[in-house]
Amino acid sequence: MRTYEVMFIVRPDMADEDLEKLLSTLETQVSAAGGTVKNVERMGKRRLAYTVRKFHDGAYILLTVEGAGAAIHELERRLRVTEPVIKFLTVRVDQEHARIAKLKERRKPAAAPVETVAAGEDAAPVAPA
Amino acid sequence: MADETESPAADAATAEPDVAPAAPTPATPAYVPSSRGPSSHGPRTGRPAGGPGGREGGRKYFRRKKVCKFCVEKIQAIDYKDFRLLSQFVAESGKIVPRRLTGVCTPHQRRLSTAIKQARNIALLPFGGRA
Repeated sequence: MRTYEVMFIVRPDMADEDLEKLLSTLETQVSAAGGTVKNVERMGKRRLAYTVRKFHDGAYILLTVEGAGAAIHELERRLRVTEPVIKFLTVRVDQEHARIAKLKERRKPAAAPVETVAAGEDAAPVAPA
Repeated sequence: MADETESPAADAATAEPDVAPAAPTPATPAYVPSSRGPSSHGPRTGRPAGGPGGREGGRKYFRRKKVCKFCVEKIQAIDYKDFRLLSQFVAESGKIVPRRLTGVCTPHQRRLSTAIKQARNIALLPFGGRA
């Protein structure tokens, strides 16, 4: 199961209820394809850094989806076709998180032996010369 | 200075930057630091870059030690959504600042670069603003 983050921008003049309808459609579609939507985050309206399809502002939405590649493929196809969605970006996040978790794991056991060695070394020079 | 007056062959030697002055001048070391900067020898040739500032042609000596901000704060993952952090590494024109100016280490610079490009694609950062 792979974890993806899909961020997309919706045109700012879209009504809220239409947005909710769109999101629920996408969620059902993802579950139908065998994935799960972990999180939906509405990041609000922001000014875009450049003009996209003649829009200067947009509403950002972030979906965290867990599923196979096929589910994401289907979701992207759906987003491409949907008219209010003006831009989207999919990023795979599970590999990065796995790498960081592995680094943290590797760091923890290294802490314990160092302390015992230091204690041993402190005792030795104290012996009278 | 005494080198040039002693041997007329030294004039030819200054034209060739790498060749040390002729044999009868024993006191001249092969590699002379900042006393003869790159300007006195014309184009910068491959002189031994041992020591600091070798990149800049030996003009500056010690640049203050720049530490990688991400290594210090132990930030592993650089998120493309964090555009406030990313915009610190982006110039006014929208270009990514080279790591010799920001002091970021290589692996973090690579991740930073990827994150900036992702942010540009999702319109969080501009591709090119006012240059």
